Amino acid sequence: MTQHHPALTAGGHRGRFLPNIWDVLAFAILFGLLAGVMHGGGETMAPLTDVVQTPISLDPRALPEYALRTLLRMLTALLASLLFSLAYATLAARSRRAEMVLIPLLDILQSVPVLGFLSFTVAGFMGLFPGRVLGVELAAVFAIFTSQAWNMTFSFYQSLKSLPSELDEAARSFRLTPWRRFWGLDVPFAVPGLVWNAMMSMSGGWFFVVAAEAISVGNTTISLPGIGSYVALAIEKRDLGAVGYALAAMLVVILACDQVMFRPLVAWAERFHAEAAPDGSLPRSWALRAIRRSRLFALAFSPIGRLGRLRLGRLPRFQRLSGAWQSRWADRAWLALLVFAGTYAALEAGSFVIAAVPPSEGLTVIGLGLLTMLRVVVLLALASLLWVPLGVMIGLRPRLAMRLQPLAQFLAAVPANIVFPFAVVLIARFDLNPDIWLSPLMILGTQWYILFNVIAGAAAFPRDLRDAAANFRVGGWRWWRKVMLPGIMPYYVTGAITAGGGSWNAAIVAEVASWGSTTLTAHGLGAYIAQATVAGDKARIMLGVAVMSLFVILFNRVLWRPLFDRANRFN
Amino acid sequence: MTDLRDATAPLVEVKDLRQVYHKGDAPDLLVLDGVELTIREGEIVGLLGRSGSGKSTLLRIVAGLLAPTKGDVRWCGKPVEGPGEGIAMVFQSFALFPWLTVQQNVELGMEALDIGAAERRRRALAAIDLIGLDGFENAYPKELSGGMRQRVGFARALVVHPRLMLLDEPFSALDVLTAETLRTDLIDLWIEGRLPVRSLLMVTHNIEEAVLMCDRVLLFSNNPGRVAAEIAIDLPHPRQRLDPTFRELVDDLYARMTNRTPAAGETSRATDEGIPGTGIGMILPRVSTNVLAGLMETLAARPDGRADLPDLGAALQLEVDQLLPIAETLQLLRFAELADGDITLTDDGRRFVDSEVDERKRLFADHLLTYVPIVGLVRRVLDERSSHRAHRRRFTEELEDFMSEEAAENTLRSVISWGRYAELFAYDSQSREFSLEDPA
Repeated sequence: MTQHHPALTAGGHRGRFLPNIWDVLAFAILFGLLAGVMHGGGETMAPLTDVVQTPISLDPRALPEYALRTLLRMLTALLASLLFSLAYATLAARSRRAEMVLIPLLDILQSVPVLGFLSFTVAGFMGLFPGRVLGVELAAVFAIFTSQAWNMTFSFYQSLKSLPSELDEAARSFRLTPWRRFWGLDVPFAVPGLVWNAMMSMSGGWFFVVAAEAISVGNTTISLPGIGSYVALAIEKRDLGAVGYALAAMLVVILACDQVMFRPLVAWAERFHAEAAPDGSLPRSWALRAIRRSRLFALAFSPIGRLGRLRLGRLPRFQRLSGAWQSRWADRAWLALLVFAGTYAALEAGSFVIAAVPPSEGLTVIGLGLLTMLRVVVLLALASLLWVPLGVMIGLRPRLAMRLQPLAQFLAAVPANIVFPFAVVLIARFDLNPDIWLSPLMILGTQWYILFNVIAGAAAFPRDLRDAAANFRVGGWRWWRKVMLPGIMPYYVTGAITAGGGSWNAAIVAEVASWGSTTLTAHGLGAYIAQATVAGDKARIMLGVAVMSLFVILFNRVLWRPLFDRANRFN
Repeated sequence: MTDLRDATAPLVEVKDLRQVYHKGDAPDLLVLDGVELTIREGEIVGLLGRSGSGKSTLLRIVAGLLAPTKGDVRWCGKPVEGPGEGIAMVFQSFALFPWLTVQQNVELGMEALDIGAAERRRRALAAIDLIGLDGFENAYPKELSGGMRQRVGFARALVVHPRLMLLDEPFSALDVLTAETLRTDLIDLWIEGRLPVRSLLMVTHNIEEAVLMCDRVLLFSNNPGRVAAEIAIDLPHPRQRLDPTFRELVDDLYARMTNRTPAAGETSRATDEGIPGTGIGMILPRVSTNVLAGLMETLAARPDGRADLPDLGAALQLEVDQLLPIAETLQLLRFAELADGDITLTDDGRRFVDSEVDERKRLFADHLLTYVPIVGLVRRVLDERSSHRAHRRRFTEELEDFMSEEAAENTLRSVISWGRYAELFAYDSQSREFSLEDPA
């Protein structure tokens, strides 16, 4: 018997072929998933007219199916992101020349507000499968994919780059083939980072799935059956109750994902950490227990394990010393080619925009960008003022932190755009200024990143430093400034970067909000892009998205990166 | 071990090996130069030297993990072009895969061999049994102590039944007691002929370990790494550490390691021996002033301020690799003298010990300025500039004309810490600037 896949190792001493109680549970999980996939997958081959003719129903009884379809889109996108990460990061880590292009590109892709590009990609995918739902489905999946893939790719790339040299040498000296080494060393080493980032991606993805299911192409709106379309219709029909049902369905789905998918994954990933958890607390998961104890999963997983053991590829050879082989001229030629291609693409895009948009509008767009930036900055400051003290208080109380930390992570996963209608109703009823009151929506879903990072930071704050501060009677404002804030700074900055990035993206959805026929519009770059999208004005979409990307990149480079380095200088 | 030894072709033959690192614009760093090595069946060969003498690099070249810059490396008569069959390596940091159990880790060693699952399992269990890991088959590395982890490392290498087992400082990450247990276990298996290997090649910086285990020791000199001497150790196993012949060999190796033989064409003043490089280009070790003061005080407490280095190392629980940099720094500063494996406090050294804090600092500052050229340079630059400030870059760049980036970084860190203690200058790690300011 080969014992490769970790899921195969436990429970090996029991009677091998006797089903147990865990098998029943596992059977339910496995075949439930299978049935769902087959049902959802079959629907995608239907002709497009079906979707247009079967409108979305606001009946709450339709919600389970919608939720399933939405979930399937998410999982497909997550799988695509994973495969993309493995390929892209491997290429970047193995080839120096590819790395020169791929990594900066990834950095920029992370900053592009993908929501703005939705109308382009939909047209592209529909062209691939004319008249089929599959095209629109793929467009939606692609939109989600663009919100999930980049951080997972970075995580895998960083794992590959930080692989301990002795493990690399051991793999080579025992002459593992590249394929075997990839699955036996590269991937396992990256598992903890990948799992964590997949969780983050999934959280972020819900926001996009809600925005990507009801897609306008020119004058027609195609609504894919799903929670997002359900919410869009509810908004159009001014049905607050239906929005509530959708929210409830979403909460159930997110909770189920956490229990059935991510908790088991986190508990399973514990194995791939080099050292045991310092406090000895291991993540637990009932679902993982079920999987480990059932024979059914073992049978299902074993082919995967065998695939990884295939001896594909040549035996390893010498590794040349860095710099031992390098051709300066080839490097320069490569660089010249890149510069040429980049310039050409920039000119093409530029001339496309200039042909349609008067130059003075460029300044207006930058002005709108500044307005949106002001919103992001003010909101981040307000959210920090609220959540940093609260997060510290929670983090310093271990029992409370243990209970509230999952809640904060859970809230970060709830797509804020489902809650928007409630806010819009209030703003419309009290006739509030949309320029001010639409703004909080931008940070509604992303503020939680600040909270749970601060909680983590405070919980990790060394006990003896707190004791020392207490011993020297450091208190009040001085305690915050000299003791706690510098201690949680790296965590806070990480949370704020995520929250800030998410808020820029959310601006596209949050600066224009509607409730039935009422449409509230704030002045800002997000509204500019949203309006251009509705009008199908590709040049203006391009301009808006480009300017927003520039803002995000500058924001990261000028503010966050120095802050992050400063916060980490003592580590 | 057997008479067949000379009849067969050597396992490893290395001729005229040269290894150079180059990185960007920095001058090439010569790691190994003119190294010759032959390993025959049935022997344990030790590569002994200070850190940075290139002995681990040599091991990796033999293993086929690293391509030599120049030279002829042969494994069983054939040129080495990559990790070779029949060679297995044991790593200093164990290099176990954390997500595999003990047994899976051991089976990994046979991955490249065409062995069926059942046979693989049988051999893995046999190796686990041999090395004393029975009962730990299903444990994960993180559940094991360091000693047990290294046993897994040994089992993983042995399971291949390699003709040559390479050991890269296999005991140096373990505590003293554990290391000794593992050494004796390994030697016992070797003497009893139960190790499924023909020869062992071991890198170490522990002199006693080399004398305890090896049939032959190649002593490496530093910068660049060369084989300075080859010493045959004909003591029968099991060897006794207290045996006078054993002690003699250890003393001899200690003396050889402290008396650096100057490289051809290089004239090194006797007092700077051990510290590589000359003038501004001296590569300074990272040694804290507390440790320097501590060693001087230890010496002052001994008769004539003199001590035998092996004794001193044993008393202070310091390995050669830790003790020598301290001793050599004292020698550089003329606070002590090194000769024939002995260290003696100088008059200035004794004055330092007898002084109060301020006087100590003054004395230390004087000696730094006189005997460590780079410290003199920093001070001169600061004095000459009207702002009395200089960015760290100013000195890093100058140092990197003589040494690698890493060596320059270490040297400058020592300069900063010694200069701060001597109150010769201040350094701000935020702005990365040297200055003459007193911190307010």
